[in-house]
Amino acid sequence: MAKGTPKPDELSRIDYTPPQKEWMDTPVKLKPGMYCWGAKAKNLQAVGFPNARDWTPADEDWKLPENWEWTVLEGIYDRLKKYRSFQLFLDICVRCGACADKCHFYIGSGDPKNMPVLRAELLRSVYRRHFTFGGKLLGRIAGARKLTLDVLKEWWYYFFQCTECRRCSVFCPYGIDQAEITMMGRELLNLLGLNIDWIQGPVANCYKKGNHLGLEPHTIMSNIEFMLDDIESITGIRIEPSFNRKGAEILFVTPSGDLFADPGTYTCMGYLMLFHELGLDYTWSTYASEGGNFGFFTTNEMAKRLNAKIYAEAKRLGVKWILGGECGHMWRVVHQYMDTWNGPADFLEEPVSPITGTKFENAKTTKMVHIAEFTADLIRHGKLNLDPSRNDHLKVTFHDSCNTSRGMGIFEEPRYIIKNVCNNFYEMPENTIREKTFCCGSGSGLNAGENMELRMRGGLPRANAVKYVHEKYGVNMLANICAIDRAALSTLMDYWVPGVGVTGVHELVANALVMKGEKKRTTNLRGEPLPGVEEEEEEGKEEKEEQGG
Amino acid sequence: MELKNILSAKRTAVLKKWFDVILESYPPNTAEFLRTQKDPFANPVGHTIFEGMEGIFDELLEGVDSHKASVFLDNIIRVRAIQDFTPSQAVLFVFLLKKVIEEEVGEELRKEGLSEELTLLNSRIDKLALLAFDIYMKCREKLYELRAKELENRTFRLLKKANLVYEIQEQEAESRN
Repeated sequence: MAKGTPKPDELSRIDYTPPQKEWMDTPVKLKPGMYCWGAKAKNLQAVGFPNARDWTPADEDWKLPENWEWTVLEGIYDRLKKYRSFQLFLDICVRCGACADKCHFYIGSGDPKNMPVLRAELLRSVYRRHFTFGGKLLGRIAGARKLTLDVLKEWWYYFFQCTECRRCSVFCPYGIDQAEITMMGRELLNLLGLNIDWIQGPVANCYKKGNHLGLEPHTIMSNIEFMLDDIESITGIRIEPSFNRKGAEILFVTPSGDLFADPGTYTCMGYLMLFHELGLDYTWSTYASEGGNFGFFTTNEMAKRLNAKIYAEAKRLGVKWILGGECGHMWRVVHQYMDTWNGPADFLEEPVSPITGTKFENAKTTKMVHIAEFTADLIRHGKLNLDPSRNDHLKVTFHDSCNTSRGMGIFEEPRYIIKNVCNNFYEMPENTIREKTFCCGSGSGLNAGENMELRMRGGLPRANAVKYVHEKYGVNMLANICAIDRAALSTLMDYWVPGVGVTGVHELVANALVMKGEKKRTTNLRGEPLPGVEEEEEEGKEEKEEQGG
Repeated sequence: MELKNILSAKRTAVLKKWFDVILESYPPNTAEFLRTQKDPFANPVGHTIFEGMEGIFDELLEGVDSHKASVFLDNIIRVRAIQDFTPSQAVLFVFLLKKVIEEEVGEELRKEGLSEELTLLNSRIDKLALLAFDIYMKCREKLYELRAKELENRTFRLLKKANLVYEIQEQEAESRN
């Protein structure tokens, strides 16, 4: 044996255990792949956010303003006064740990600071030190610590490792909503210009041009034109939607991601085909051209400013009500905030489906209806001619998006639709769906490229459940009703469960939809041959050959 | 043959100890969670690691078929490749098996005069370790590929619209060939 090679008994003495330290004594280390680039000066300036400058998280110097500590503490004080929930959530947590192992980031990473209770503690400890008598007096014994630069960097690292999915809040016996702690944490960081560019860029675009991607009216229209060409070549039907049409009955708003990136574009083609088939009196807007709201991941005020355009455009066009496409956080904003921020929308009417006469009483105040509710109602009333066998090559499972499930309780409608347009549907395990659904790992503005490692960690529990149904039932398609899901889950599946595709629910609808006057369809919206078509073609060829021979 | 019997008899003990030393690479609270939460959907990491370990151990007894062993190794490494580990820490669990086997059955094997078989076993573990390096690299490369692919996907329709993408149609490609 070579000199210096450890003997077996020596080997057995090697200690691989990481040193045990209290969380307060574990300083944050920013690991590449785990965080996003810092917000650019021009994007902060565009909306008048403070401390606009170009900065790099990996640099020692974050170019903070003088007296930044005071700015943050004052920010906490203001928010404690403004939001009773914030004060309550900081005070009532008993650290029982029920939330600890429910976070997808903790489950995937094993990093204790991803436990919701500890992530909140990062902020709570500073609150104790600066705002409570016990914390000022007893300091660390009372779980209190001073606000320092290291603490600030730790906040930044971990508040951008929370997707505000609210799964933990389902398990909290006190109902503490950790997403709100993250939201407050991000608001405080924002006071120092410490946002990420993946959020701030879209916010600036949305403020200037109405959508996250910064698409101008002619680009939106030509993008849709492009889809119409595809639809025509598949179905033989030329659809002519209207844009910014005054006097339309319905304004349709969807996330701009549906206009651009696959597979969202197929979902968008689905909307177009469905509305055409119904003869719906609706219009697109090239100004209220974004359902999503990345402002929601910066500050409450910014979210409100970006959201305002939806009602403003509805008023300008004189529509009766608003129909919204498949999106996640858009619906949390619409359902829980829009009416308080920018309502009352008393110039609109209570939404009624012009096809079935159904009153959407749940949308009485917001006047905005979710397309899953709208379509489920159509199917329920037998208004659609559907051929689910066109989706027979698919074994489908459904991912509940965090915001539509926990934020507004949409569980049944998408499932009802899928079961009517597909013959093979399989549920993932009970503790990974509906209100207990696992996040895609890329929500709340974290679906960038540079933090891919973080996204794969966060998406692990979701992917694990998909893998189970993939192996057990042969599931090969993951349906969802969220634009970020459509983009993020595709990548997630590619890493964890290759062989499983991702689709919006209305892509499945459009493929099954038998339209009046359509030609015989041979491919689905993705240009792939429909089940049975290749065999038919083969048979046809053989017959011809036989006849010829 | 003897070695296989001895190891099979100690399967539970070896796996338990191996699991424990792997979990030591996580913070204590996390290790406890990974060890005790038995629901595979609430604890995918612990479940995946243990299931992979079982597969690798059984494979080891049979002689390590690269293809079969890679599946089990891949399941574990795919997880550790995206966690807070350096490359060496991520694949360390394979080498830890040597330590565990030595502790559990080393003495017994030497008493039985099976030292040579122990050497053979260790070389099989080395083979697993080499496979582990390959798999780790594949996982990391995949992450960068995914980044590139997302960017491509976001810009593809734009480029296509601007006539900046030339797609070779399948039929066209066939006729050229």
